[in-house]
Amino acid sequence: MRFHHLFCCAALATLSFSSSAQAATTITWWHAMEGVLGEKVNEIADEFNASQDEYVVKPVYKGSYSDNLTATIAAFRANQAPAITQVFEVGTATMMNAAGAIYPIHQLMEETDTPFDPDAFLPAVKSYYTSSDGQMLSMPFNSSTPVLYYNKDAFREAGIETPPATWKAVGEAAHKLVESGASECGLTTAWPSWTQLENFSAIDDLPFATHANGFDGTDARLVFDKQEATVAHIQDLAEWQKSHAFEYGGRADSGTKRFQSGRCAMLTTSSASRAGIQEAAEGKFTFGIAPLPYDAKAVNQPRNSIIGGASLWVMRGQSEAVYRGVARFLNFLSSPAIQADWASFTGYVPITTAAYQRLKSQGFYADNPGASVAIDQLTRGTPNDNGRGVRLGNMPQIRNIIAEQLEKAFNGDEPAAAALQEAARRGNQELAQFQQSVAR
Amino acid sequence: MTTFERYRFTPWLLLAPQLAIVAVFFFWPAADSLRQAFYVQDAFGLGERFVGLANFQRVMASSGYWQAMSVTVLFSVLVAGGAMLLALLLAVLADRVLHGARLYRVLLTWPYAIAPAVAGILWMFMFDPVLGVLTHVLAGFGVHWDAQLHPGQALALVVIASIWQQMSYNFVFFLAGLQMIPTSLLEAAAIDGAGPFRRFIGITLPLLSPTAFFLLVMNSVYVLFETFATIDNTTLGGPGGATRTLVYKLYEDGFVARDLGSSSAQSVLLMVLVGALTFVQFRYLERRVQY
Repeated sequence: MRFHHLFCCAALATLSFSSSAQAATTITWWHAMEGVLGEKVNEIADEFNASQDEYVVKPVYKGSYSDNLTATIAAFRANQAPAITQVFEVGTATMMNAAGAIYPIHQLMEETDTPFDPDAFLPAVKSYYTSSDGQMLSMPFNSSTPVLYYNKDAFREAGIETPPATWKAVGEAAHKLVESGASECGLTTAWPSWTQLENFSAIDDLPFATHANGFDGTDARLVFDKQEATVAHIQDLAEWQKSHAFEYGGRADSGTKRFQSGRCAMLTTSSASRAGIQEAAEGKFTFGIAPLPYDAKAVNQPRNSIIGGASLWVMRGQSEAVYRGVARFLNFLSSPAIQADWASFTGYVPITTAAYQRLKSQGFYADNPGASVAIDQLTRGTPNDNGRGVRLGNMPQIRNIIAEQLEKAFNGDEPAAAALQEAARRGNQELAQFQQSVAR
Repeated sequence: MTTFERYRFTPWLLLAPQLAIVAVFFFWPAADSLRQAFYVQDAFGLGERFVGLANFQRVMASSGYWQAMSVTVLFSVLVAGGAMLLALLLAVLADRVLHGARLYRVLLTWPYAIAPAVAGILWMFMFDPVLGVLTHVLAGFGVHWDAQLHPGQALALVVIASIWQQMSYNFVFFLAGLQMIPTSLLEAAAIDGAGPFRRFIGITLPLLSPTAFFLLVMNSVYVLFETFATIDNTTLGGPGGATRTLVYKLYEDGFVARDLGSSSAQSVLLMVLVGALTFVQFRYLERRVQY
């Protein structure tokens, strides 16, 4: 065996890289990381490919998260699924309930004798991808959490010293910013459902849905419309909208540009947007990062926020050799060196404790003020049933429904209470449909 | 006729490639969605259950479906009507141009060469609530443009983008139709003392009616199906569902929510609807067309 290995290396030394690639087993990895993130993904794959000669990981960019999930499902139905696919957090319930389509990560690692310790991951990250019977089903890769970005120049001009910690303070600051003329708009948001409902609920210890927000079964139903504080929060935003203290910025991350252009002085969005905002703000304004505000009427102390981002799922239908390579690659991917590099480059949080420690000892958080906000906010306290995350079936569509109803509240067509009630009613139909479709 | 009887197989042989394409890309998927409309299935196709007409009941009972229906009707009338009237006006004007006629025609045909997705992005940039050029122009007139928030503005945006796209197609056909009208007819009417407007109503319009009818059918199909990319790139069906047409809803339910049963039921309903619409157009409107 050793002799064979030696011979192999000697032979390799005389061959070009491409011919060695042909001999190796190919592992396809479909992902949704665009632009600089996509380049980083390629870099990671190249590093893995160069580190050994048995496997070649081929990352393929498949468009948005939603596009990639659609492509993966279509490919699976046609027996052409990739070995690894990246699925965003709202697609997690869909994947978890597709028992015949996925190769659970704990099982893969066990069957290939690859070292794997679920406890190496941050608790908030681990619990999100762990099934109700305590097994980790997918490999966390890029996790983020929403934070508050604020325009320091505008704050100075309006005479506001510190970033607001509570929603009440946000309202006061936003009005002050607009009235003083420091900015045209006070606050905007990206990912409206994720920041203003899902994370609002977690931080303020309110249920978003029953059964621990869907963690304990597919019979969960939405209840955010029944929480007084949640309804009041959306009503506040709708009121602020009238005076541009708040401006609704559209779905997904389209609200970000209202902050990047300097129009709005505050933005709630993913910690992973840091690099993009940095680039856009360069030479225009300075910005700071603060924790996502909490509602002082609902809780005394803000609880942990919940994660977004994506994880890697291993699909069924590949050869044993491929799975051995997948296990090895995933092991490589979660190593502290790779994770620390990925997190410091992107603004995603380091997903393992070791990677976090490594960044800390390298002085990354001391050199980059604001970078630690996300991880501190994610890890404060122990997550309870309201704070493990939101894991519901048909969640991408439920987010669309919520966005649609929020739009009706923000443009004044409907009061917040009625808009949220309708969102929950329609969302619950989606949940019932999902429950029916996965029932065996 | 006798030739066809003698060569029984040759016509089929010649038709075969075309029929194969239609069968694979139309009949097969159509049959598949007809079947799926009666089942509830999980996204990965791991299991399915026959549910009879439950999917149809669910679709018909949802307020979202009827909202999408009324959006579609309003949107269709505005786009088909707007694109045809504007194209007719421009064709009549371009037909009268003496100098540089070719340039005008090329410029007016241009937008059709642009893919709907690209057109959507162009309009999205111009009307972007923060960065859009036209947003700033409108702000100068005291209009606060924010199509991400106001349903009326969002609908106006997709209507304008769609009309702009489809107008060129109509323009080409109207212009061709106008050039087929014999000048002698118009001259004779002019000698009889008919003014330009009278000549247009009495001669041009009736002689254009076959073209107009053809365009009505084509525009209906365009509005129903091809505006998808425009909507997907500008408003995403929002705000509050104000620009969600039947096709956009079908896409959302099928590809975002992965509710194959419901989206299949919707596609069957849409097929019936388009079939009925085309039937009505041919049965009743075509009678008024003078060939």
